[in-house]
Amino acid sequence: MENVSNHTLNPDKWIELHADYLYNYTIVRVNKTEVSKDLVQETFFAGLKAMKNFEGKASERTWLIAILKRKIIDYYRKINSNKGKAEVRMNFYNDGENEGDWLEERVPQTWGSDADKNLESEELGNTINDCIGKLPEKYAVVFKMKTIQDFETEEICKELDITASNLWVIIHRARTQLRKCMEDNWFIK
Amino acid sequence: MSKFKITCDEATTICDKSQYGKATLLEIIKLRFHFIKCKVCSLYTKQNTLMTRILKKNKNGHTLCSMSQEDKELMQKKMEEFKS
Repeated sequence: MENVSNHTLNPDKWIELHADYLYNYTIVRVNKTEVSKDLVQETFFAGLKAMKNFEGKASERTWLIAILKRKIIDYYRKINSNKGKAEVRMNFYNDGENEGDWLEERVPQTWGSDADKNLESEELGNTINDCIGKLPEKYAVVFKMKTIQDFETEEICKELDITASNLWVIIHRARTQLRKCMEDNWFIK
Repeated sequence: MSKFKITCDEATTICDKSQYGKATLLEIIKLRFHFIKCKVCSLYTKQNTLMTRILKKNKNGHTLCSMSQEDKELMQKKMEEFKS
């Protein structure tokens, strides 16, 4: 007996049915509205081109998301290959006898005693997104893949062609910077 | 004993790794050892752990936004062009 597939593609309805969903999916991972729109557009183009390969095993939306995921990774790779962009402010002494110690102005301050109350709110969510947005792009990419998309270390290293120790240095820099930003903008205003 | 001595830079790197459950036992021991003399990194670890919780909780709570009607129409137009 033939395997009947229930799913079909209807490109004329893609924008109406899926554009917002794909856009939201992208913006969480990319943080830039213009780039997100472009990626969604490219996904639709790629979808049109690949229609004949659609086997009907997955729903239309799942199929489009799979294409979009590749597009996002391609975008990440492109950023990662932009070398020599603005250097980041470090949190620790680079050399001298204090090498590896906290720079005085970057030392964590004590947060209020109610710091761990109300960890879920739109305002807090927005603040943390803003802080992630302020990270250098290269750091933001690795940080988001690891923390928000829950990629395995090996996968990120493979996709972005970096070593594991390189990855942890980037995560480390991203997190120390993020902590400072949250301290300045949320915990001690 | 010098094997256990690490800088604040290294200590916080271990702390960051442990946020993803990827620090080794030896690293955790080094970190704990570092805390004895360094209250700053101990505080960093506490705050970093709180940050992890915040990130987890707000991961899916991203405000939903939609594309403007204009953008969608433009996209539709480009799709038609692409098809022909």
